[in-house]
Amino acid sequence: MILRWLNRAETGADRVVPPTGHTVWLTGFTAAAMTFLAVFALALSLAAGRLADRWSDALSNTATIRISAPADQLPAQTRAVLALLDTTPGISGPRALSTAEQRALLEPWFGPDLPVESLSLPQLVEFTADDGGYDVQGLRLRLQAEAPGAVLDDHTRWRRPLTVAAERLRLLGWLSLALIGGAMAAMITLAANTALAANAKVIQVLRLVGAQDGFIAGAFVRRFTLRALSGSAVGALAGIGGILLLPSADAAGGFLTGLGFQGWGWLAPAALPPLAALVAWGATRTAAFAKLRELT
Amino acid sequence: MISFDKVGYSYGGGELLSDISLTLAPGSFHFLTGPSGAGKTTFLKLCYGELLPTSGRLMLFDGEARGLSRDAVALVRRRVGVVHQDCQFLDHLPVAANVALPLTVAGKEAEVADLQDLLGWVGLRPLADALPPSLSGGERQRAAVARAVITSPDVILADEPTGNLDWEMSLRLLKLFAELNRMGKTLVVATHDMNLIRAAKGLVAARVLRIQNRRVQLAGADL
Repeated sequence: MILRWLNRAETGADRVVPPTGHTVWLTGFTAAAMTFLAVFALALSLAAGRLADRWSDALSNTATIRISAPADQLPAQTRAVLALLDTTPGISGPRALSTAEQRALLEPWFGPDLPVESLSLPQLVEFTADDGGYDVQGLRLRLQAEAPGAVLDDHTRWRRPLTVAAERLRLLGWLSLALIGGAMAAMITLAANTALAANAKVIQVLRLVGAQDGFIAGAFVRRFTLRALSGSAVGALAGIGGILLLPSADAAGGFLTGLGFQGWGWLAPAALPPLAALVAWGATRTAAFAKLRELT
Repeated sequence: MISFDKVGYSYGGGELLSDISLTLAPGSFHFLTGPSGAGKTTFLKLCYGELLPTSGRLMLFDGEARGLSRDAVALVRRRVGVVHQDCQFLDHLPVAANVALPLTVAGKEAEVADLQDLLGWVGLRPLADALPPSLSGGERQRAAVARAVITSPDVILADEPTGNLDWEMSLRLLKLFAELNRMGKTLVVATHDMNLIRAAKGLVAARVLRIQNRRVQLAGADL
């Protein structure tokens, strides 16, 4: 029905509005520029969502026990911890990290030549939580009783701020999209008002021959909607091109390089031109009827 | 159809029309005369809802003028063909599209043959594709007449329709008006041209109204 309505454009009913004027390129340009920005806001939002999920999943399934004890007691406490974990429901794969693994963990900070063996480092034991989870408080109490030097780190203190940050980033993306939509509506409203004011004589003639408000508004609304749709399509294509030009996530591995679309996400920008057209339709229709009331 | 009941119209500068009571019955033909500035154009504007009376009661078809919404006024105008003195057009559309405009706004398609016939009748067929700014005053007036009658409206209001036409074209126009009147249309023609009014004798049973001292009066005997 909407397509049929749009297809009526440039038929007799729409030619009553002169096609020229700076509102032509202004509307198209505004829609293109705003959609270009919206593609990046959408990419930011989707990437932040993926990041939040990834951080949350990665950190929520694993936990670490840090055993700090004098060197002569460390092996015994490690064995006690492993034994305890083996009998704890909801936990699987407990294992003590080897010296090489601990060196690898410290390497980013201290370099590859750190003499791990000569340092009094705590022993790390990692394990994976099953889907049903485990009793964190109960485990802490049992560790306290059987291995006093062991401290459970379930990653909550790391996970929470990271997840919160990613969620806020995602929210920021959606907020940006809403602001872009609002700014586009405001600019198209201004352009529509300008066009309506410039065509006051046209409106007068149309009214003289019996045109109702719906007919007059429809002619303007269809024209602005089509301009916004076509401008937005160009902006969406340019935005997708910009995303494609960003370095790949695999090459650098950082968050910014992961800003883009994945899988079905590539279809998300296709929703922007119809949304832009919807915004233009609403903005122009509101402006047109307000102006027609004013011109009575 | 259109009836005035003690209608008055005032604007910032004072009262222009006062205490008008008359009915434009279906199938009637009226000439409207009076000196410049007497209120002939204002009277016509009241007849198609462009202006609203400031006193009295004006019925436009089935509705009281002051109670009509904008869309209802638009529907009234579809039943009233108007030929204005200043003949406004959409300058970006060719003459043919301008003439067909009343059909376009009503969501109807103009029959090409009928449109060509109408344009031929007012002598504008060669100018069907011309833009209004390129027309002379007389050509604009003929285009305005064609636009006013294309929908075969119930009422035709013409404000000095022969002001820019030569005598031959004026007579052709008068004959068209007489023909439309015989078809049952109601006509009001505001004019200064007494020769036109005299020429109507024998063609049509018209009444002559004269606006004087803010009132509309019957001027002499019916034609």
